[in-house]
Amino acid sequence: MAAVLKADNIIKYFYQPEKFQVLKGISFDVQEGEFLSIVGKSGCGKSTLLYILSTMDTAYEGTLEIKGQKLTGLKQNELSKFRNEHLGFVFQFHYLLPEFTALKNVMLPALKLGKYSTDEIEHRAIEKLKLVDMDMYAKKSTSRLSGGQQQRVAIARALINDPAVIMGDEPTGNLDKVNSQNVFDIFRQLAADNNQTIITVTHDLDFANGTDRMVEMEDGHILGIHKPELKPNAQ
Amino acid sequence: MNWKLAFQIALTHLVTKKKQSLIAMLGVMFGISMFIIMISFMTGVNQFLEDMAMDNTPHLHIYKPIEIDQKKIVSLNKPQSKNDWYIVQHQRPKNELSKIKNGLTMAQQIENMPEVYGVAPQVSSQVFYNNGPVQIPGNILGIDVKKQEQLFSLEKKMDYGEVEGLLKGSDVVLMGKGLAEKMNVTVGDRVSVTTPQGGNFTLKVVGIFSFGITAMDESRCYATLSTVQKILGEDPSYITDLNIKLKDIQGAHAFTEKLKNRLKDVYIEDWETANASLLAGDKIRNILTIVVCTTLLTVAGFGIYNIMNMNIINKMKDIAILKATGFQGSDIVGIFLLQSIMIGLAGAILGLSVGFFFSYLLSITPFPAGQFLRLNTFPVNFNPLHYVEGVFFGFVTTLFAGYFPSKKASKVDPVQILRG
Repeated sequence: MAAVLKADNIIKYFYQPEKFQVLKGISFDVQEGEFLSIVGKSGCGKSTLLYILSTMDTAYEGTLEIKGQKLTGLKQNELSKFRNEHLGFVFQFHYLLPEFTALKNVMLPALKLGKYSTDEIEHRAIEKLKLVDMDMYAKKSTSRLSGGQQQRVAIARALINDPAVIMGDEPTGNLDKVNSQNVFDIFRQLAADNNQTIITVTHDLDFANGTDRMVEMEDGHILGIHKPELKPNAQ
Repeated sequence: MNWKLAFQIALTHLVTKKKQSLIAMLGVMFGISMFIIMISFMTGVNQFLEDMAMDNTPHLHIYKPIEIDQKKIVSLNKPQSKNDWYIVQHQRPKNELSKIKNGLTMAQQIENMPEVYGVAPQVSSQVFYNNGPVQIPGNILGIDVKKQEQLFSLEKKMDYGEVEGLLKGSDVVLMGKGLAEKMNVTVGDRVSVTTPQGGNFTLKVVGIFSFGITAMDESRCYATLSTVQKILGEDPSYITDLNIKLKDIQGAHAFTEKLKNRLKDVYIEDWETANASLLAGDKIRNILTIVVCTTLLTVAGFGIYNIMNMNIINKMKDIAILKATGFQGSDIVGIFLLQSIMIGLAGAILGLSVGFFFSYLLSITPFPAGQFLRLNTFPVNFNPLHYVEGVFFGFVTTLFAGYFPSKKASKVDPVQILRG
């Protein structure tokens, strides 16, 4: 298995309200098709790390490499293009565009990429919605969907361009048990079937225990990277 | 950059925020419609005043001035030298006619020049109009009826009778409205005039005109060239003035210089020199129009700027998501710029219709201007160019007003928004 993401000695400072070192030299690799979770207490820097890995935060030291391409030092526009094509995001608060239908929300990143015709994109978007079991709500305005439904649409959106890496910032943080399990199952399936890499930051230990590897963080350091102690019950 | 996609997103934003979009559009609409009304009305007034003055003002006026000769007559035979010199006190002008030599030939020559639209020869003289024992001073102008009509549209100024009436009889005149009232005469009545040489003539009034300029309406009469030549006792070649209209009014000054080299012994005056004050007034009114219109458009622009700013603050989260999913700064600029352009164009086009409607209402509103001014309703100028300008400036203003907030939107840092 090849490493799809390499982080090398990542250091990050916050300057507000005073200079403070959030990340103190983080280095780790993530393999292709791996389902990785990052856990730790609030304020340990795990979200900060995720935003650096996601290429949205560019003010850090160290180097980041995804799919063999060095991303540190690239311009915003190049990073946008890279994100569009190779990265997918799922946030804690679903963050769909409320003016658009579920289908359109899923289609937008693909329309931006412009690799396929509009008809083809619509077809693919419906397939992705099917994957998360939301295809019957395709034409509904996203503001009319429940939280769990919205999160599933958000996952479909993250998948539309078949990204190599999908990142989640507390993707189940706002969901009840049933919906959390749904999201987890979808991630599991993606890693297994499509060989897509999944990196999630989470508080939810049940969730983390189901992943392939856990990165445990404290005060800007990595405490340890290990397999979860408890394997979840086979489903 | 994908304009089609940006357009789709922009349109969706506008449609889902109907009220906000509508208010922004109304802001532009008011700005542009006021611009149209103001510029139509102000240029209408300018045009009216200019027409009133220019209709009967020739672009060039050629006449023979009676001047005092600088050369002393006594020095003609015996030139002045160091020993012999002459003083003539209170020298008077020579007794010569204010006739332009070969006036009609000269008129023909000038008319054949490429810059010239037409030349109207004229014989003018001061006369007294006898109203019983009272003599009213005034003047009588002999005109070439066809030429005058062609160049100065006298027919438009007629209150009673018509200009052609001059050709239908002999010893007939058109009289100024004010003068006719003083003389207590109407069309068909006869008036007696006395020339400076002392001749007495009776003339029949066949028409009454008014220019809206009191000084003219209270002193002037028009007759044919031959009638005036007859009462002055002069031959048919006697011409005192040549009034010239040019094809391009702005070229008057340059053309004057050209003519001065060819024509000696006459004085040439162009309209700019004769109407310096009118010209200044015109300039000031034009500047005023521009200032008012710029202000209106700026106000409309600030309205759009505010609304777009608000819009972008409301949409921070959406912008962050778009950026996170791979939209670039330029895409974001495109989305919000397109929104303000759509608002601007829709507002501008609505503004034109509303502006046209109100200018039309203004143009049919009766305006009591008094009996001397030839004006029944407000003067409004429906120049299509103003409408093109309205759309253009509306477009440019919204472009600027939308650009700066859009630029701000493109700089939104998605991390800050998404982390909450």
